[in-house]
Amino acid sequence: MSNVFIAFQTNEETRSIIEAIADDNPNAIINEQPAMVKIDAPDSLTIKRASIEEKMGRDFDLQELHVHLITLSGHIDETDDEFNLSWLN
Amino acid sequence: MHIDLRTVSIKPLRQTFDNVAARLGTNKPASRYQEGTLDLQADVNFHYRPLWDSAHEIFDASRTAIKMRDWYSFKDPRQFYYGTYTLARARMQEKVEGDFELVEERGLLENYPAAAKKLALEVMLPLRHVEWGANMNNASICAYGYGTAITQPCIFQAMDHLGMAQYLTRIGLLLADETELEAAKTAWLQDAKWQELRRYVEDTLVVKDWFELFIAQNLVLDGLLYPFIYEQLDQVLAAQAGPVMSMLTRFQSEWFTETRKWVDASVKTAASESPENQAILSQWTLSYRDRALTALTPLVNYALGENAPAVLDALLEEFNMRATKAGLKL
Amino acid sequence: MDMKVAAKKLGLKERYAAMTRGLDWETTYQPMDTVYPYDKFEGIKIHDWDKWEDPFRLTMDAYWKYQAEKERKLYAILDAFNQNNGHLGVTDARYINALKLFLTAVTPLEYMAHRGFAHVGRQLRGAGARVACQMQALDELRHAQTQIHSLSNYNKHYNGFHDWRHMHDRIWYLSVPKSFFDDAVTAGPFEYMVAIGFSFEYVLTNLLFVPFISGAAYNGDMGAMAFGFSAQSDEARHMTLGLEMIKFMLEQDPANLPIVQGWIDKWTWRGVRMLTIVGMMMDYMLPKRVMSWKEAWEIYFEESGGALFKDLARYGITIPKCVAQATIEKEHITHQAWTTFYQYGAAAAFNTWIPEKEELDWLSEKYPNTFDKYYRPRLEYLGEQAKQGKRFYSTTLPMLCQCCQIPMFFTEPDDPTKICYRESDHNGEKYHFCSDHCKEIFDHEPEKYVQAWMPVHQIYQGNCFKPDVDPTAEGFDPLAAVLDWYNIQFGRDNLDFEGSEDQKNFDTWRQTAKSNG
Repeated sequence: MSNVFIAFQTNEETRSIIEAIADDNPNAIINEQPAMVKIDAPDSLTIKRASIEEKMGRDFDLQELHVHLITLSGHIDETDDEFNLSWLN
Repeated sequence: MHIDLRTVSIKPLRQTFDNVAARLGTNKPASRYQEGTLDLQADVNFHYRPLWDSAHEIFDASRTAIKMRDWYSFKDPRQFYYGTYTLARARMQEKVEGDFELVEERGLLENYPAAAKKLALEVMLPLRHVEWGANMNNASICAYGYGTAITQPCIFQAMDHLGMAQYLTRIGLLLADETELEAAKTAWLQDAKWQELRRYVEDTLVVKDWFELFIAQNLVLDGLLYPFIYEQLDQVLAAQAGPVMSMLTRFQSEWFTETRKWVDASVKTAASESPENQAILSQWTLSYRDRALTALTPLVNYALGENAPAVLDALLEEFNMRATKAGLKL
Repeated sequence: MDMKVAAKKLGLKERYAAMTRGLDWETTYQPMDTVYPYDKFEGIKIHDWDKWEDPFRLTMDAYWKYQAEKERKLYAILDAFNQNNGHLGVTDARYINALKLFLTAVTPLEYMAHRGFAHVGRQLRGAGARVACQMQALDELRHAQTQIHSLSNYNKHYNGFHDWRHMHDRIWYLSVPKSFFDDAVTAGPFEYMVAIGFSFEYVLTNLLFVPFISGAAYNGDMGAMAFGFSAQSDEARHMTLGLEMIKFMLEQDPANLPIVQGWIDKWTWRGVRMLTIVGMMMDYMLPKRVMSWKEAWEIYFEESGGALFKDLARYGITIPKCVAQATIEKEHITHQAWTTFYQYGAAAAFNTWIPEKEELDWLSEKYPNTFDKYYRPRLEYLGEQAKQGKRFYSTTLPMLCQCCQIPMFFTEPDDPTKICYRESDHNGEKYHFCSDHCKEIFDHEPEKYVQAWMPVHQIYQGNCFKPDVDPTAEGFDPLAAVLDWYNIQFGRDNLDFEGSEDQKNFDTWRQTAKSNG
């Protein structure tokens, strides 16, 4: 089993994003570092538009993730509703 | 103890980087455009020759017949570096997005007259592929050109053309659906009235001299095509069907007004450098102008019918004036 | 109306395909091989570009929108940082030397990446791949410019930044990054994608941007944090492009596997060698430390890179052989590099120093197997000498590896007390290397690597003096003449941090701030 990860800059918007990720991915480990938050998860991680919208209280386009993203690892599969990171092996 | 750093008045040791100061004079603060552009490209001590072009260095001024004493004589009148460029485009796209939304929400294309719709689909949709050629050509100039002052705006130009191809695609999807995109591609590949233009575009894709390519694409083809589509055809469509199409193509028309200033300034800088440059640029311009007119004539005829000859004359006249003003002898 | 609109709405993938792939066509007035002349000579076989999976489906309107938002944020932070004299808020002026290395070594590479991706973005035959490369070409220009703009204010107040472009093309240690990128861009388009898109972006940039920039933030540099993290947000797209390209080549034809594996092996090592400098910046140039180089290596290379290689095993890709040596060296190279730079501190465009006692203790703790045994005594000895007024500066020219161009200071993998030397003969000439892996890279393509512009050879050949210099004149000082040609201002850009102009100015300005407060 390998970890995938994603990291965001620490700011007001990402607070909601990270909360949503934590809710949707119980296995994820949230790791706070200076000015950034790194999230590791075994095998895969799912980011759901609906969950972020609920936390933020507004419409959210998953492509807005680009503005706050620092880095990631894993294969990406992106639709209008979900952003998935995974390793196949 | 809290330190209020704002209250410190410090005399800087220098105003800008040495290479910028050498051009502007010392003790002159430099703009972000200048610091982010001047001398940015490496010009000496390359380690290896390209496997894909061993006759040249990685960056090599001899990839064009145009000669400049200083490749940083070129100045973008818009002073675009990445930040100013993206902000300018974001403003433009926001307006266009508003227009697309309005047209979509209010169903403003629902009752678009059939004849105008047919004309718009047949003449505008295949232009997606022309935009694509323009994208490729400007990527090429950016890659093989010399000096950031002229190569940098070309990556902007390349991405702009991609963006405009995508706006045209959206118009196609709004007016009709994916089958119309396919039909437009078939027309581009097979319909007789598109073949001279396609030949022109494909011929430019294999031009090796990047400045020649700049003339063929950015001065000549854009210079004749954009006024035809976004002024002449636009007027015809507006007369037949109201201003909806003008709203959906405002990016292109604003873009052309903006970018031609940069194209003209670049041509003028190169032409005024030497009589040799002027002669080469003029000769390229003449030969591509005539080919582009040949390529556009069947489309102008198709789109504008009996007005076509007068419009072609007007396009030619306007183009000649523009080229002359930029220092070319036609 | 609702129904009709709904019918027209395409999903993200279909919409993006119509917006990019559909624009392309098979040319007939000119042969395809003339339109795309460079994408076959490397031997990579592509049967169907339509199988390309677009990573991150950004259309241009979305690109402009989100990138403009990033730019607005970044320049707002930068303006505020500069207006408030944020540079005086960094932990310690020694930190600023890391930024000098960044501007002279890394920023020019961002620019090279911009031009390199414009080239590949023109030449690859598949529309999806081409668009992704062009977007990256545009992003890389952003990175070069945001770095220049962020560091512009430091240049106004500190030495060593003032002629970064000129220095990058000339100074001995800067030929390490320069030759790395020249190597990639002169290769074919597919090798470039493995070199930069995959090995550099996917496997290695996390080490450059994430822990180091997090460290910059920790040291109070909001300017560097802004450009670093903002750049890295584009890297997420770039890494995905690199990974997609690898998968695509491997899926297209089994015959591509050995070629791709060879490139992965080569570029992992080229990258590992170049990152020696980044490791040194992390362990020695950040006054407050987030993590050691070794820890960063373990998280971002061993763990994250390991997961990646494990995933690629299904295509037959194996972990590069050089990783074994890199794993041993993670406990050594930063100390070896800093000691070398310290001794060549007269010929470098930044200040060097011996770490303070607490810092040495931190290194001892982070490197329990190696630091006390091999490196601490040497650093303490050099520090002691400096205190007695005998600061050591080497005046000889180092021998450089013909491949990575780093001075020969790396040790044998099985003996940290012995410098590693390797050599090869080519057309009657001898060439020297720092390691088996660098030698292997040379042996595979000697015609390429014999061309290298080797800074030390160039000095011996008299190519590194200003044109009006007469090397036969009496009392000619070759080293001073070389530094002059580098445009290193002696006594300002170079030498020890202790007693430097930067140190004095920083202290004075901070003092002024305190007395004002």
